[in-house]
Amino acid sequence: MIIKKISTPLTKEKVKELKAGDTVYISGTIYTGRDAAHQRLIKTLQNGEKLPFPVKDAVIYYVGPSPAKPGKPIGSAGPTTSYRMDDLTVPLLEQGLTGMIGKGLRSQKVIDGMKKNEAVYFAAIGGAAALIANAIKKAEVIAYEDLGTEAIRKLEVEDFPAIVVIDSQGNNLYETERKKYEVTEEEK
Amino acid sequence: MRRLDVKRVEDAVREMSIKANLFLGEDVKKAFEIAKERESSPVGKEIIKNLIKNAEIARNEEMPICQDTGMAVIFVEIGQEVQFFGGNITKAINEGVRRGYKDGYLRKSVVKDPLIRENTKDNTPAIIYYDIVEGDKVKITLAPKGFGSENMSKTKMLKPSDGVEGVIDFVLQTVEEAGPNPCPPIVVGVGIGGTIDKAAVLAKKALTRSIGTYNQKEHLRELEETLLKKINNLGIGPQGLGGNTTALAVHVEDFATHIAGLPVAVNINCHAARHEEVIL
Repeated sequence: MIIKKISTPLTKEKVKELKAGDTVYISGTIYTGRDAAHQRLIKTLQNGEKLPFPVKDAVIYYVGPSPAKPGKPIGSAGPTTSYRMDDLTVPLLEQGLTGMIGKGLRSQKVIDGMKKNEAVYFAAIGGAAALIANAIKKAEVIAYEDLGTEAIRKLEVEDFPAIVVIDSQGNNLYETERKKYEVTEEEK
Repeated sequence: MRRLDVKRVEDAVREMSIKANLFLGEDVKKAFEIAKERESSPVGKEIIKNLIKNAEIARNEEMPICQDTGMAVIFVEIGQEVQFFGGNITKAINEGVRRGYKDGYLRKSVVKDPLIRENTKDNTPAIIYYDIVEGDKVKITLAPKGFGSENMSKTKMLKPSDGVEGVIDFVLQTVEEAGPNPCPPIVVGVGIGGTIDKAAVLAKKALTRSIGTYNQKEHLRELEETLLKKINNLGIGPQGLGGNTTALAVHVEDFATHIAGLPVAVNINCHAARHEEVIL
């Protein structure tokens, strides 16, 4: 298990160093965005308008946090399932997005887009939302406030734990690891 | 007739909403401890350890185990000798959800119209199922249901000749297709029989059973064991990153059905198999 500490902005040079299976601790600024926010981002691009945050070399985290208690920057904040963003992802990669944090499978279209635009997909542990919240030091809503939990937030994170599941060469941990533990009929 | 103030139902629902989301059930904790020992993948083992750690942080800091605090699904068994007073029972339950999700700093994840998608901002309405039973007690079971796992659930109308093999194939296919998406290790609820809607409700209700309990019918208990073994042989593992802990439990519930049909529903729950119960 290789452990790497990385910081944002996540340049293409840094992306190339990351391999499927690496455990990473991410520090710096990342942005949140999930279903409804993605729809608005894509509409913004289609209208030829400017996105509400600098997307080049940025990392986006698919999350809808629970409300912050008084004195806390954020509530529980684990990853949401990524495939729902699949149809809305490639245009963002083309704008220079280099990292995505979520959980679960991605479509071939997204993987092709990641290879072409040199981007990486990280998985955070689904459900480990209280544990992950401890890595988030600051949170500020910067766009689409009316979407509530789905609004885009700018997060300052310190040692945010994740695993590289699909790297920029298209190596996919979900495919390779499962095969190692599958018990076939003959083996029983 | 026993008279029961609906305010007591409201307060119980408020309290259960918070408790279910903040404190991981003892049954799940025990299942995690067993899985931690049995898991052969080092990454999988590490993930289970982190899930145990997550539950401890959630408890100590009183924050939700998972940010998806779900849609509140509530089963109510009402003794036929109970008479409610002080208001409408459905309104009282929704008021309990509204207060619990607000006071507990829980995420409001419900949109009032599935197509227009405007958030109701208080996590209501709840999904409520009422049953009339004997006696003068009211039993309320609340299970917040996250949609990472709900989205991976399925129903299918099998032919009677498909039999138990058909059921096994459909459950395995559903779990396989879900892969890492529903946050494994999962709990699998299976409803067999009735009509398409009845099977779906049975599958959901099966998820409210504590891990470690089994169906009383011998052949269904065997089916639960067979399914659990076959699911864990798929290799999906914790978070889909490989391993032999894909599911913590499989719960099967059944009901009579028509000569022409064999409805099956599979409802998947993530590892945060939340459920609270109270008897008033």
